[in-house]
Amino acid sequence: MSEKHWKSVVSQSVCDYFFEAQEKAADVENVPPVISTPHHYLISIYRDKLFFVSVIQTEVPPLFVIEFLHRVADTFQDYFGECSEAAIKDNVVIVYELLEEMLDNGFPLATESNILKELIKPPTILRSVVNSITGSSNVGDTLPTGQLSNIPWRRAGVKYTNNEAYFDVVEEIDAIIDKSGSTVFAEIQGVIDACIKLSGMPDLSLSFMNPRLLDDVSFHPCIRFKRWESERVLSFIPPDGNFRLISYRVSSQNLVAIPVYVKHSISFKENSSCGRFDITIGPKQNMGKTIEGITVTVHMPKVVLNMNLTPTQGSYTFDPVTKVLTWDVGKITPQKLPSLKGLVNLQSGAPKPEENPSLNIQFKIQQLAISGLKVNRLDMYGEKYKPFKGVKYVTKAGKFQVRT
Amino acid sequence: MTDSKYFTTTKKGEIFELKAELNSDKKEKKKEAVKKVIASMTVGKDVSALFPDVVNCMQTDNLELKKLVYLYLMNYAKSQPDMAIMAVNTFVKDCEDPNPLIRALAVRTMGCIRVDKITEYLCEPLRKCLKDEDPYVRKTAAVCVAKLHDINAQLVEDQGFLDTLKDLISDSNPMVVANAVAALSEIAESHPSSNLLDLNPQSINKLLTALNECTEWGQIFILDCLANYTPKDDREAQSICERVTPRLSHANSAVVLSAVKVLMKFMEMLSKDLDYYGTLLKKLAPPLVTLLSAEPELQYVALRNINLIVQKRPEVLKHEMKVFFVKYNDPIYVKLEKLDIMIRLASQANIAQVLAELKEYATEVDVDFVRKAVRAIGRCAIKVEQSAERCVSTLLDLIQTKVNYVVQEAIVVIKDIFRKYPNKYESVIATLCENLDSLDEPEARAAMIWIVGEYAERIDNADELLESFLEGFHDESTQVQLQLLTAIVKLFLKKPTETQELVQQVLSLATQDSDNPDLRDRGYIYWRLLSTDPVAAKEVVLAEKPLISEETDLIEPTLLDELICYIGTLASVYHKPPSAFVEGGRGVVHKSLPPRTASSESTESPETAPAGAPPGEQLDAVPTQGDLLGDLLNLDLGPPVSGPPLAASAVQMGAVDLLGGGLDSLMGDEPEGIGAPSFVAPPAAAVPANLGAPMGSGLSDLFDLTSGVGTLSGSYVAPKAVWLPAMKAKGLEISGTFTRQAGTISMDLQLTNKALQVMTDFAIQFNRNSFGLAPAAPLQVHAPLSPTQTVEISLPLSTAGSVMKTEPLNSLQVAVKNNIDVFYFSTLYPLHILFVEDGKMDRQMFLATWKDIPNENEAQFQIRDCPLNAEAVSSRLQSSNIFTVARRNVEGQDMLYQSLKLTNGIWVLAELRIQPGNPSFTDLELSLKCRAPEVSQHVYQAYETILKN
Repeated sequence: MSEKHWKSVVSQSVCDYFFEAQEKAADVENVPPVISTPHHYLISIYRDKLFFVSVIQTEVPPLFVIEFLHRVADTFQDYFGECSEAAIKDNVVIVYELLEEMLDNGFPLATESNILKELIKPPTILRSVVNSITGSSNVGDTLPTGQLSNIPWRRAGVKYTNNEAYFDVVEEIDAIIDKSGSTVFAEIQGVIDACIKLSGMPDLSLSFMNPRLLDDVSFHPCIRFKRWESERVLSFIPPDGNFRLISYRVSSQNLVAIPVYVKHSISFKENSSCGRFDITIGPKQNMGKTIEGITVTVHMPKVVLNMNLTPTQGSYTFDPVTKVLTWDVGKITPQKLPSLKGLVNLQSGAPKPEENPSLNIQFKIQQLAISGLKVNRLDMYGEKYKPFKGVKYVTKAGKFQVRT
Repeated sequence: MTDSKYFTTTKKGEIFELKAELNSDKKEKKKEAVKKVIASMTVGKDVSALFPDVVNCMQTDNLELKKLVYLYLMNYAKSQPDMAIMAVNTFVKDCEDPNPLIRALAVRTMGCIRVDKITEYLCEPLRKCLKDEDPYVRKTAAVCVAKLHDINAQLVEDQGFLDTLKDLISDSNPMVVANAVAALSEIAESHPSSNLLDLNPQSINKLLTALNECTEWGQIFILDCLANYTPKDDREAQSICERVTPRLSHANSAVVLSAVKVLMKFMEMLSKDLDYYGTLLKKLAPPLVTLLSAEPELQYVALRNINLIVQKRPEVLKHEMKVFFVKYNDPIYVKLEKLDIMIRLASQANIAQVLAELKEYATEVDVDFVRKAVRAIGRCAIKVEQSAERCVSTLLDLIQTKVNYVVQEAIVVIKDIFRKYPNKYESVIATLCENLDSLDEPEARAAMIWIVGEYAERIDNADELLESFLEGFHDESTQVQLQLLTAIVKLFLKKPTETQELVQQVLSLATQDSDNPDLRDRGYIYWRLLSTDPVAAKEVVLAEKPLISEETDLIEPTLLDELICYIGTLASVYHKPPSAFVEGGRGVVHKSLPPRTASSESTESPETAPAGAPPGEQLDAVPTQGDLLGDLLNLDLGPPVSGPPLAASAVQMGAVDLLGGGLDSLMGDEPEGIGAPSFVAPPAAAVPANLGAPMGSGLSDLFDLTSGVGTLSGSYVAPKAVWLPAMKAKGLEISGTFTRQAGTISMDLQLTNKALQVMTDFAIQFNRNSFGLAPAAPLQVHAPLSPTQTVEISLPLSTAGSVMKTEPLNSLQVAVKNNIDVFYFSTLYPLHILFVEDGKMDRQMFLATWKDIPNENEAQFQIRDCPLNAEAVSSRLQSSNIFTVARRNVEGQDMLYQSLKLTNGIWVLAELRIQPGNPSFTDLELSLKCRAPEVSQHVYQAYETILKN
């Protein structure tokens, strides 16, 4: 455990309330995010197997706190490559310095990684070697340029020899499919992630073939909202490096194409210690692209002791402790549909399970945005060089569940 | 080479080693040592002994080392205040460093050192930094003011930092503006009355401009600040909404929710006919839905808020039902919230989908969630009548699963369905009875018993079933015992011949062998009823039950309105107003939605609470129905007499009422609702059903008045407010006001007959009140009041009536009778009608009394923007019997010392400080001292009323 105080010091014992709640919750993921104690409130997030807990004394918007905690975790991830206990321990002083730069008296200061990196250099093996030889420091001693400009997300004087701008359009399908195969609920969560390495102060505009698809969008602060409102063009001066340009949702009002179907037959016999398990996966509405990276995860009921299955392709594992069945399928070839079938061993004497388990499905389709979103063109103003440009599309399963 | 090595040194003498390293000449070694110290500090080791050595490292050009030392200082300065002084000089020097980063760092760190001695030295550097040329330093300094205020509020006020901070709101740099707003908001929280964030259209405009340019966090502060502003009309509200709407597309969910708060609040001012209103509604849905795709913690907070929004404006998300469908791997806290919202959104259009989902959930693994899902099915049945049949069959399916907790939960909700749709689904009773044995939870047992008792005539073996419960009577919970008692009595009344023995058994168990007063009292009541008048018993016990409400768990509307103002805050997560849980009640100001002021619409908007009316107040205003009832009996006895009501008649009335309507509630199936107190003190608790309407009208009148009070004043006749609307009083409309002239208090009434028949035989009666106000003469309406006729009456009041403290202090409950009926309403009277003419105290006496009253009785208030100067204030107050005893001029400010006396002889002393604001307006600071401090608030209101009219 590591702590930092911004206002008056709060005793560590306040965390006992948190540990208590943690014990009460069966699963770490079920610890309630807001816990009240007699004198404080504890707001926590759970990320990468770590809890980030903040103690608050006065009325503060909880979302504000949660967003900030996530931003802290993002920053650690960004600085140390991973956000883990080991990484935090290894870099405890940087962590402390970072926290000090990120928050002052409960008010966030700098949370943009661009700015933070100018203030506190991220650790690299090379730098620590150099530092220990030359005795120089990893703390910047000039005011970060972005701090006060109207474009706080970009630093001045960026220079690249190869100027490039790449965009990844990533769409995830969240869906619930019922027993009979019809869609209970489906929507698309999309993001456009950008990797921009351009010199100077480029001013970009990105336009779409079918911008009308985007009616529910969250923008990075760099995007000029008015321009979007009037012309449906994303116009912005980008941050340097990797960042999320927009995230969007294609709502359930539009029809969402479901690229796979599952045929399933799972049954447990009354008064016997076995059951049958049979699932087959096939392609559906996949726009002619290959569906790959398929995995099926099933949380089997507690009474299942073991499973004896045969896959026609890929491999499966069953963990008898957590009761999780994982089937790594690979890709679908329409000629021979992958299936997994066999016997389920149940604890003898126990009543047969009430319900059949849900199937959780992961898959990936390259070069396709399932919503049909397409980038039309990218233009750059304000700089003279010609950048390399590129757009990649990928569709994945998000929370994709099939009830059986 | 990582920092984790700092954790490993645990050997003895570590501190000595560090000491040596800290004093090393080599820079690099020094820095390493400080890092080790910091690492030890973060894991909670005590390294305070190294304080002087670490502080010695502070004077360095190395920024990293400096920062590390600052980190250390912040942590340990408190425990080593004397040592910390050593660091002051370096701080002061750093505040003048040419590098703005260092200036800001120094002022930031100084603010974090919570040592009184240091804060004194901080003032000068801080003042400079607040005016620094570099905005980075200014914005850091703005935050520092808030820190300093937390340590020493007086110092901040004395040094005038608050004014500087206010000036920063107009700063050219948006980040500085945002931080200034954040700091002011934090300070204002601890000074609810100080009105620090004095918002006007100009400052709002500046904030809106800054909103577009500052960081996401700054946007949150500004939006939260905007939410506290009340636009002057619907056009201003709309223009603010237009400029806030783009924030809904922000990636930061806290920004989105704060924007939603502003919009939800200001929408209240827009007319629903406006095109823009519809546009806004449409714009609200997508961002709310988007919040649900974020991390689970964010989802949770979002869902709690959506729950409020859906109750306030169901139309926002009515098409978005599906996004609330539960995924099996959602954390449990998200699942439960989604379920709640699904039920709120359930309607005839989507009920099929909802039911299918709920049935699915009822077979999940998590017990809490399954229970809630089953309960939800019952709620759907009650909410959407067309679906009731479907719900019942779903519930029966679930009962067939024989899963214990599902069955129990299903029975509890089926009972509610029976209540809502009597004589419709009784065919399922047989199925329910099959499961009798598996019920082990009190709530389910009580529900089953209720069903058996209620339908005893259709269940052949009802007596056997109930008898089986009776065996372990004393092991049952109170809930089950009470229910069993009632059920057996019902059974007896329906099948008297076979069950006599059973009823005697249960009555003796309840009255003789139980030490639970609730149970005993209920037992005795039944016993007596049954033995004295079985017919009456039948009428009472088997009476028609009032319908159960559709949504029992809706948040009460005034609370909901208040919570809407707190969207995004902890209050919204807990669904409680901050006053209910913020520590010590420090700085809690009730917020309320702005009233609609659109010119196109009538001002009547019953759902909006007027500003400043705390939700508790209207609840408290009518709790004494019993007394009111008692008084009413007097009415029939003849002309009003101002004396205490006859105790005997009150009891008699109470008893009648008990038999008439009071037992209805007893017959209800909610055992919690049936307390023995209803019988111990019938007049106080039992509210006959027919009182409901007039009570309601009293409530709304109270609302009208709280806003109206501001317009009343001493010697002028204030515009009359409607106290009793015609629709609540069978056509009689009463409006009125209070006046005090030449020592006489009167209530000026205007009675209008809006009914079609002639009204005669008017009489009026007051309930006992705090100052003994009572009619000094009968209400005289000389001629019968014919339809559409209006009559004006001035009713003289005396203060010789009987006294009972009311809550609020100045509330007055009135009953008016005519030939048609008796009507009740309550109102608030301005306190200044009670200020007597001989309220001038002499100077010596004033001084002595002021000193004599303990300081904790002193209350302070602010009156802003008073259009009068000192002379005018004094003479204006004098005409309302507030007398100026002395006047002084201190540093250009006029101080008035005043006294007044209430009709009951209570003296109130006042010190009024008049601060000349701009030429035409002054700000007044009022300190009141009184031996009965609870009047201060009302005296202040009187001051404000008199001065502003």
